[in-house]
Amino acid sequence: MTSQTSLAQPAPAPSTGGGGRLQRMKSGVGTAPFLAYTALFLLVPTLIVVIGAFQGTGASFSLGNFRELLSSGPILQSLGRSLVLSLVSGAIGAVIGAVVAYFLSTAPPGGLLRKLVTAASSVLAQFSGVMLAFAFIFSFTGRTGLVSRTLNSWFGVPLADVNYFSTLTGLIIVYAFFQIPLMVIIFLPAVDGIRPQWREATESLGGSTWVFWRRVAGPLLTPSFLGALLLLFANAFSAFATAAALVGLGAPLITLQISQALTSETGLGAPNLAKAEALVMVVIVAIVMAAYYAIQKRSSKWLG
Amino acid sequence: MIQPVTSAVGETTGSPSAKSAGPSLVAVGQAGVAVELRGLSRSYGDVHALDGMSLDMTPGELVVLLGPSGCGKTTALRVLAGLEDADSGQVVVGGKDVSSVPTSKRDMGMVFQAYSLFPHMTARDNVAFGLQLRGQDGPTRRKRADEYLELVGLNSQADRYAHQMSGGQQQRVALARALAIQPKVLLLDEPLSALDAKVRVQLRDEIRRIQLEVGTTTLFVTHDQEEALAVADRVGVMRAGKIEQIDKPDIIYSAPTTAFVAGFIGLTNRVSGHASDGIVSVLGSNVPLLPGSPTSGGVTALVRPEAIRFTPSTMGSGPGTATVVATSFLGAHGRVQARLADGAILLAQMSVGETVALHPGDIVDVAIAPSRVLATA
Amino acid sequence: MSAGTGQAGPAEAKNFGGPGDTPVDADALTQVAMEYPMAPEIAAGSAPRKLRAAARRKQAIIRRIVITLVALFMILPLAGLFDFSTRLLNGKRTWRSWSTVFHFSQLTAAAPDLIAGFKITMALCLVTAVLTVALLVPTMTWIRLRAPHMSKLVEFICLLPLTIPAIVLVAGLGPVYRGIAHTLGTGNIWLCFIYVILALPYAYRAIDTGLAAIDVKTLSEAARSLGSSWSRVMLKIILPNIRAAVLGASFLTIALVLGEYTVAYLLSKSNLSVALFNLGLSASGDPRLTAAVSLILLIFGFVVMFGFSLIGSARREKKVKK
Repeated sequence: MTSQTSLAQPAPAPSTGGGGRLQRMKSGVGTAPFLAYTALFLLVPTLIVVIGAFQGTGASFSLGNFRELLSSGPILQSLGRSLVLSLVSGAIGAVIGAVVAYFLSTAPPGGLLRKLVTAASSVLAQFSGVMLAFAFIFSFTGRTGLVSRTLNSWFGVPLADVNYFSTLTGLIIVYAFFQIPLMVIIFLPAVDGIRPQWREATESLGGSTWVFWRRVAGPLLTPSFLGALLLLFANAFSAFATAAALVGLGAPLITLQISQALTSETGLGAPNLAKAEALVMVVIVAIVMAAYYAIQKRSSKWLG
Repeated sequence: MIQPVTSAVGETTGSPSAKSAGPSLVAVGQAGVAVELRGLSRSYGDVHALDGMSLDMTPGELVVLLGPSGCGKTTALRVLAGLEDADSGQVVVGGKDVSSVPTSKRDMGMVFQAYSLFPHMTARDNVAFGLQLRGQDGPTRRKRADEYLELVGLNSQADRYAHQMSGGQQQRVALARALAIQPKVLLLDEPLSALDAKVRVQLRDEIRRIQLEVGTTTLFVTHDQEEALAVADRVGVMRAGKIEQIDKPDIIYSAPTTAFVAGFIGLTNRVSGHASDGIVSVLGSNVPLLPGSPTSGGVTALVRPEAIRFTPSTMGSGPGTATVVATSFLGAHGRVQARLADGAILLAQMSVGETVALHPGDIVDVAIAPSRVLATA
Repeated sequence: MSAGTGQAGPAEAKNFGGPGDTPVDADALTQVAMEYPMAPEIAAGSAPRKLRAAARRKQAIIRRIVITLVALFMILPLAGLFDFSTRLLNGKRTWRSWSTVFHFSQLTAAAPDLIAGFKITMALCLVTAVLTVALLVPTMTWIRLRAPHMSKLVEFICLLPLTIPAIVLVAGLGPVYRGIAHTLGTGNIWLCFIYVILALPYAYRAIDTGLAAIDVKTLSEAARSLGSSWSRVMLKIILPNIRAAVLGASFLTIALVLGEYTVAYLLSKSNLSVALFNLGLSASGDPRLTAAVSLILLIFGFVVMFGFSLIGSARREKKVKK
């Protein structure tokens, strides 16, 4: 056809803002389906939560939900417990996961060990919520649990009852269990990003392994480690499925409180309490994520 | 006295050093030590990266190891550095066997092809890194670092990070860092290969100048033959784990001992001819042969383009004539391609005037200068 | 940290004179003396000590120990799962649960909801993956070609679900899904809409990486200058080149859908995890069967993930060989 003229004048280039607002709006047309979809299924629910949190009976503006929230012992305790759980399980997962990630990075890159560990980590971290909970309940509690009865017969440790995993310690154990593989997945790329040339340069300049870790790898990995820790925190804080399966009575975590508020038949005094709790959750997670992005931005300059 | 290096295009140096750059920089520094690699062998499974490779370096010498990828040049450098073990053979530095000495004790400065600098440290901190490991206190090592940054012309970049610098600047800082510890040997592992062509040319001259000033024995690895010839005291052409020929650059170029070396360095024309008595008759010219060539019989002569001249033909046809196919103007000289009767294309390098006088289709006489050439059977 | 030699070089070569620190034998001594008669200052007993190889070996040993220890700890609950699935209250072994699992008719009889949940989850995996890709790929391509100024906004939206946990989202989804119930019905399959949102962050990153790697602009301009229409560009030029990224995005989406419980439960819908939950924790459920099924699902997931990584590296090898 007119390949010659086409070559001389390629398809109209995207206007880079020089064409005025109309041009920009026109060029945005292609994103309309996406925007519409996310508006309906993401923005609208979020707005409903935000607005609802500030609504009292009869859709009037009120801070009653928050007053209820802040004066309720159980809710505040569950919030506190969620924070502690997320922090502790995050810390445990971060440390152990970082160590595993380091050792994994020293293995041959395309090798079998890596593939096995990454595959196992993906499974345990990402889609095992309910199944994992069952694994722990069935192994660690009661006379039939493998671990509980072994500990009992070998070391005389008293059998844990079914409600063990409703306690904070029990929850920490289970949460740490899936935080470790998540850490491996998140942190492994960072460890891989430590170039062999830096190690070799350190050695040729006279540095030992200790020097390398203290002055090169340590400082380089610290931002990634902190960022990963934040992600682990947010992950634990938002977790619901595992908690729902583990906890028998009550709602010792904030996510369970929200679920309880959502499904309870009897009004809990404030009609949009769940939404208020949800809003508090979002704010906390948003702060954590903001800190994560700030750290990412800074360290990506180095390792990019 | 160390003079600060003149700036490269687009980069600025700091103010020229008015202060004495410190006689300490050169006088106290190692005046260069002798290095011997003896019979190094290293295999990875079936692959022989090094096959009994030996090399003697005199103090202060810059030796370039040149060769195609896989020839073992980088392996040799890394064995010298202690980053790889040799299966057999020895590394002797300054008369002492360091084969069993770990890298951190070998006192060698190294510049890598890429990712040379520590990304989380400024240029100054990078250069001062080795000094800190040697126990120098803060002010001293900062001063020394600045001196070496000035030596490579980058004292204005002292507070910048790697990601804020160009590739050429990063490599200069890496060089300063390697030299700051006043190493016994300087090791350069394809330091220019990742850079733009223009930067490469400028930086290689500066590396050479700095190396001559500081006087450190240097091993430089590259696959770029022009680079090798430009900077080296001696060039070692490697193939399959061994040095095939090691000589001064002009000798390597004009008197290659094997066809591989002749073909790897510069451009060669392969022309058939007939040898007898140490002279080969090729395309109507008689050309003396280099040692290593067959002395009689049919041979293939390896002729450099600058030894060939095309002149407008007086003969018109017959052996010794060719038809011009293309001409190119390269600024300082020109190149002409012409096709022989048997279809082979000859490349000649001639003066600009001679080049522009020829056009595609012209018949030319081929004249080959009587400088010695290598031939193969 | 490997000094890079472990990554660069293939398998270690045979050691001259024995591993690392062991003394050199007489033959080696003789060989050294013969080869280098001019080296009097070299101690006759020294062979090049394989420092690097020794260090690598030590590291490999520690690595295997550490990872094995952690692996053992991680396997513990899974072992417990297996143990529980075969144990009666009086301590005797029974394989009844496992035979149920492997006999489809028995399974359907014992846990009809589970089968139904499995089916719906499989369907959800497929539908969600397709929807996600269909939503993201054209949009992200369009942005690269026509509307680069919108890329920050779209990226922000796509990463928003990381900050807005599912439980929060679900608190506001009531009205939306009531609307869906009116128009499309209350089937479990309509969970797909919200699942796409949940998958956005992971799918976005995968596709973004893929598009970044292929220089979309040049490819499409080249195609357009040769006369191709936009749909052809999308289908024949862009999509085939980001196949790996699309597969990765689908894969992450599927992983997410397989394990999703929160939204399904709170919207009163059923899927695999909900059914499994009920099976394990409700009074009428069968814990042993639940244990067996959970273990199977975990192993199945592992096999799929592992297989995927094998495919990924096989394709990479093919590319390199070309």
